[in-house]
Amino acid sequence: MTSIYKKILQVLFLATLPLTVLADWGLNMREGVTPISQKVYDMHMVSLWVVTIIGIVVFGIMFWSIFHHRKSRGVKPAKFSHSTTVEIIWTAIPLLIIIGLAIPATKLLIEMDDTSDTALTVKAVGYQWKWKYEYLEDDLTIYSNLDEKSVELSQRVDSVNPMEHPDYLLDVDEPLVLPTNTKIRILTTANDVIHAWWVPDLGWKRDAIPGFINDNWTMINEPGTYRGQCAEICGKGHGYMPIVVKAVSMDEYKTWVAEKKQEQVAAAEASSKEMSMEELMTKGEAVYKANCLACHQANGEGVQGVFPAIAGSQLATKPENLQAHITQIIYGKNLMPAFGEQLNDGDIASVVTYTRNAFGNDTGDVVQAADVAAERK
Amino acid sequence: MSTVAHEHDHHHAPTGLKRWIFSTNHKDIGTLYLIFSLMMFFIGGAMAMIIRAELFQPGLQFVDPQFYNSMVTVHALIMIFGAVMPAGVGLANWMIPLMIGAPDMALPRMNNMSFWILPFGFALLISTLFMNGGGPAGGWTMYPPLVLQLGDAFPFLIFTVHILGVSSIMGAINIIATVFNMRAPGMTLMKMPLFVWTWVITAFLLIASLPVLAGAVTMLLTDKYFGTSFFNAAGGGDPVLFQHIFWFFGHPEVYILALPAFGIVSTIIPTFARKPLFGYASMVYATASIAILSFFVWAHHMFTVGMPIKGELFFMYATMLIAVPTGVKVFNWMATMWRGAMTFEAPMLFSIAFVILFTIGGFSGLMLGITPVDFQYHDTYFVVAHFHYVLLTGAVFSLMAAAYYWLPKWTGYMYDEKLAKIHFWLSTIAANVLFFPQHFLGLAGMPRRIPDYNIVFADFNMISSIGGFAYGISQLLFVYIVIKCALGGKKAKAQAWEGAKGLEWTVPSPAPFHTFETPPKLTKSMLEN
Repeated sequence: MTSIYKKILQVLFLATLPLTVLADWGLNMREGVTPISQKVYDMHMVSLWVVTIIGIVVFGIMFWSIFHHRKSRGVKPAKFSHSTTVEIIWTAIPLLIIIGLAIPATKLLIEMDDTSDTALTVKAVGYQWKWKYEYLEDDLTIYSNLDEKSVELSQRVDSVNPMEHPDYLLDVDEPLVLPTNTKIRILTTANDVIHAWWVPDLGWKRDAIPGFINDNWTMINEPGTYRGQCAEICGKGHGYMPIVVKAVSMDEYKTWVAEKKQEQVAAAEASSKEMSMEELMTKGEAVYKANCLACHQANGEGVQGVFPAIAGSQLATKPENLQAHITQIIYGKNLMPAFGEQLNDGDIASVVTYTRNAFGNDTGDVVQAADVAAERK
Repeated sequence: MSTVAHEHDHHHAPTGLKRWIFSTNHKDIGTLYLIFSLMMFFIGGAMAMIIRAELFQPGLQFVDPQFYNSMVTVHALIMIFGAVMPAGVGLANWMIPLMIGAPDMALPRMNNMSFWILPFGFALLISTLFMNGGGPAGGWTMYPPLVLQLGDAFPFLIFTVHILGVSSIMGAINIIATVFNMRAPGMTLMKMPLFVWTWVITAFLLIASLPVLAGAVTMLLTDKYFGTSFFNAAGGGDPVLFQHIFWFFGHPEVYILALPAFGIVSTIIPTFARKPLFGYASMVYATASIAILSFFVWAHHMFTVGMPIKGELFFMYATMLIAVPTGVKVFNWMATMWRGAMTFEAPMLFSIAFVILFTIGGFSGLMLGITPVDFQYHDTYFVVAHFHYVLLTGAVFSLMAAAYYWLPKWTGYMYDEKLAKIHFWLSTIAANVLFFPQHFLGLAGMPRRIPDYNIVFADFNMISSIGGFAYGISQLLFVYIVIKCALGGKKAKAQAWEGAKGLEWTVPSPAPFHTFETPPKLTKSMLEN
């Protein structure tokens, strides 16, 4: 009881901080950085002004009436209760206003729908809870997880303060790098449940639906980093799968693709090598944080009834289950997705070693990349 | 056992627990509905308090994300199905027979059943929060595949929805049967009070839409347990199909919550403006138009699923069209007030606040209807602000207005006007502090249904939470006012309000256990609309 009391006091104290320290009073929609986002913003402003003016007129008349037509001023109520003429007028005027809004909206929608003549295609695949990006022309795949610092700060413990991270919950380990001034096709789909891919500065969001592919496009004019979040509830980690787009020049983009490919080849080679227990544990912890922690929690205890505990589990402690432990990570089980595609042999070996030796699971087991490779079909 | 003795019993109200459990009396059942909905309002409200406490500042302070999602989901289900809908049915039960001069509802035993299955439905729903794997956490919209990941609570969620649907459909049948068969001689359809009209139309919406929801959730059930693939792409199904079916129910559902509110406000404003409702016939037609249009706009809830552009255009136009009959209603209320002789008792205050704040919700609704811009607004706090303006400062405010308006008829006493006005001002200010900043949060890019957020959203979330706590606390005042009024106070006259029209004001206050056992004779002035 006292700890709750203390917590409330602490919250009240912290409460006064953001109002004084961080005065980012964003009131309106962002104009964004693409031709479309600018047009969406303009359309938003038109409709906002239309409703504001209607509101001023209607509420103005109503308040005038409230002040003048009150019994306390000795007014005698009028008797009228019908007028076909005014009914026709106040049916026709709103009709004309919405036609006036529908015409530019239709034009804009048609423009947004045109995904022809794109120079580059990226497929964004939603996972619980990360994004995979496939650069189809460049034959490159990356996974984009919540950044490590946000993971730490988002734990439900007293010792962390998310205020110290300006990009808290809006940063990733691997951003989606895109070239500027290029019409890019962005396909959205999902691996497990429905997600939605949204970067406000690009001017739209689109659902990522398992089994279906949605077609979108964007063209970013200004280099920069643009941040967004998953916009469709997708389970426990819905608030923890941001989208970060890094827009760079075409040349820089090409260099980045080449470097990334080399890096991946090197990582794959490195991971197939034998590692010491210490190396495996360090790497395993990083892999665990990026891929496992969201469900199985920082302490490996899981969430009762939803996500099984690793700490003290049969799978992660019994020697005879070692093989099953590896295959479950490769192929998934029930709600657990298959990680075989997104993690290389070394990653899986290290995370298996880590989980068999962390959280009090002191098995002493050491798993090497070759052991994992043996389990892949 | 003589007939005389039986007759004698019949005219005395049964007492004790049996009076309530076995009641077939429309007034008692109405009271049960209203008390039940108030209890649900506080349970759902407590969940909202947990949500606002967690969102008070960035970081996780009080609950885990999974439980947070449960709160978001169950708060919505309880508020929609447990608070607003039963409150509307309770008002219909109490007032429709009194307004049309009928002795009771047409199907009194079914009336009893439709109420008494509700507490069991909600007991099931709330029990899921204590089950292995937690309560439903995929949003009240229950989209697959996410909802299929739910643990032991899943079949209970489905069964809850079935039970609530059965209850609502029985209530709707009862209202239609009553209104079409039991009106006092001389009360033609176009002479009925507007509240009765809005409820008849609502009842048809219920009958047409709830079986669709029942079908959709049954398909979820078979997908989970019997190997079907209605919504599973891997088996040839389509997850978006569920959304189409759900919103085919879901959009009419919005009007199931809103139309009775229109009826309440159309009853109260003329009373306190001391002037007949302006444009009665156009109000009836506008209500019917809204109801019919509500079946053709469902996909505006899912503009971002990737529909063909022709579909998006159709649903955009249809959605924008709803602004026309809704506008007619607002203009008619405005014209009713115009050159009236207004006084501002609590029911009138809540009604005027309804007109203004519901219209603000309508404005954001019009903006949301514009497809290309909806791609930005969709699934953000802008939407959360929109539907809370329509449902809280809309539907709930109208229910508060109705409670104050008819409390003298129900209890026989006038409520404490001074406290009621304090309740009004606290509620109105708090609700706006609570929901207006959420427009800014949505526009700035905060998605809905997230337990934690970046610091750029911190300030408005804190303001919103403060408004939320203030709103929650001020509703306790309402409970106090109602209890105080039920226990005593200034005696209410048969006609409790000077400008009130309608048959309910011709019977004594409190309304006797049985009323209109012989149909009333209607005078010309009573039938004036």
